[in-house]
Amino acid sequence: MDWITIVIIAVKVVVVFAVLLTGCAWMTWLERKLVARIQTRLGPMNAGFQGLLQPIADMIKLLLKEDISPKHVDKMIYALAPLAAFIPATLSIAVVPFGSSVELFGRHIDLVISNLNIGILYVLAVTSLGVYAIAMAGWSSNSKYSLLGGIRSAAQMISYEIGLGLSIVVVVLLSGTVNLVEMVNQQSSILQWNVFANPVAFLIYFICAVAETNRNPFDLPEAESELVAGYFTEYSSMKFGMFFVGEYANMITVGAIATTLFFGGWQGPFLPPVLWFVIKVAAFMVFYIWTRGTLPRFRYDQLMNFGWKVLLPVAVLNVLVTALIKLW
Amino acid sequence: MHLEQYGTVGIFLVVAVGFVLVTFAISRIFRPQRPTEAQLQPYECGEPTIGPSWIQYNVRYYVFALLFVIFDVEVAFLIPWALVFKQLGLFALVEMLVFLFILIFGLFYAWKKGVLKWV
Repeated sequence: MDWITIVIIAVKVVVVFAVLLTGCAWMTWLERKLVARIQTRLGPMNAGFQGLLQPIADMIKLLLKEDISPKHVDKMIYALAPLAAFIPATLSIAVVPFGSSVELFGRHIDLVISNLNIGILYVLAVTSLGVYAIAMAGWSSNSKYSLLGGIRSAAQMISYEIGLGLSIVVVVLLSGTVNLVEMVNQQSSILQWNVFANPVAFLIYFICAVAETNRNPFDLPEAESELVAGYFTEYSSMKFGMFFVGEYANMITVGAIATTLFFGGWQGPFLPPVLWFVIKVAAFMVFYIWTRGTLPRFRYDQLMNFGWKVLLPVAVLNVLVTALIKLW
Repeated sequence: MHLEQYGTVGIFLVVAVGFVLVTFAISRIFRPQRPTEAQLQPYECGEPTIGPSWIQYNVRYYVFALLFVIFDVEVAFLIPWALVFKQLGLFALVEMLVFLFILIFGLFYAWKKGVLKWV
C-alpha cells in the first residue's frame, strides 16, 4: 500500500463525512419547510432565500450557547454520551457503496469507503451501539425526565432491533452474500430489486428503522408533551448539538442502507450513479418527514405490543416463507 | 486485503472522533461560561426536585431486555445460516425450523403468561 492510496482513502473519508454532515444540516431545513407546508405555514423564511441559510445560523447559535451541565450529573458518562450518539451514527455509512468506480489520473477508485466482506453484519453491529448513548445520557443526567426517556427509548430500540435483524436475514437469504457491494451488483435492473422480491421484508425494515431512529410515529423517547425532551433534556450547547446531528445522521444512514439493500443502491439509467444514490436517499428522507407530518404518536403499550406481538412473528414467518420459496 | 478495509474504517472513526473534539474545542473558546445556582439544578419545569432522580423503574423493562437477548442471538445465528442456505438445502431448513419453533414456542409461552402485557 503506497502513500497515494492512503491519500485517496483519506480524501474519500473526508468528502463522505462532509457530505453526510451537510446533508444533516439541510435535512433540518427540509424538515422544517415540509412540515410547515403540511401545516399550512411558511417555515423559516428570513435567513437567505426561503430560509436556506437557516442551518448555518442554527449551527453558529449552538456553538455559541453556554454549556450547562447540572451539578448532580455523573460527569464522565454525561460527557461521553454525545460522542457515543454521534460516532456510531456516522460510522455505518463507511460500508455503503455510493457508486461503482471511477478512473482518475490513471487510477481505479472504488466509490465506497470500505468494501468490507461482512458489510451488513458491520452495519448491524454499529447501529446497535446507538442504544448505549441513549441509556448513558438518560442515566447520567440525574433528572427524572431523562431517566424515563432513556429507559423507554432503550426498550423501544432493542424491541425493534430484532425485526430489523430478521428483515436483513431475508435479504441475505435472497442475495446469498453479506457484502453490500455484491448486493448492489446483483440488483442491476429494477426488476431485480429486493423490494420486489420480498416487499414484506422491506416494510418490516422500514418500520423498524423509523423506530430505531426514534422518529415519529415512534418518537416516544422525546415525547415533548410529556417528557420535555426525553434523554437529552439536561444537555445544552454543542453536547445537545451532537445528539441532534447524530439523529439526522442516523436517518440518512438508514435511508442509505435501505437504498442499498432493497432499491438497487446506486444503479439507475441515464443519470450518474452517485446522483441516483443521492436521489434515492433523499426520497427516503422526504418520506420520513412526510410520516412525521401525517401520523400521530403511538401510545407506549401499543408500541411494545406492535413490536413483539405483530412485527416479530411476521418477521420470523417471512424468513421461513422466503427460505421455502428459495428451496423450491 | 481485509486489514486494509478495516484500516479504512479506522480512518473514518478517527475523522469522526476528531470532528467531535474539534467542534467541542471551538465551542469552548467562543461560548460564555457563567453558571448560576439556578442553572445547575436538574430540570423539572421550575419545581425543586423531590427525592433522588435515580428512581426504581418497572421490572418489565428487564423482562423485555431478556427476551431481546434471546432473539438477537437468534438473528446472529440466522445470518450465517441464510448465507449458506443455498448449498445446504432442505436439511438446513428443517434444522432451522426446529430451532425457530423452540424460540417461537417460548415467545408464545411468555405471551400467554402475560409477560408481554404492558399496563
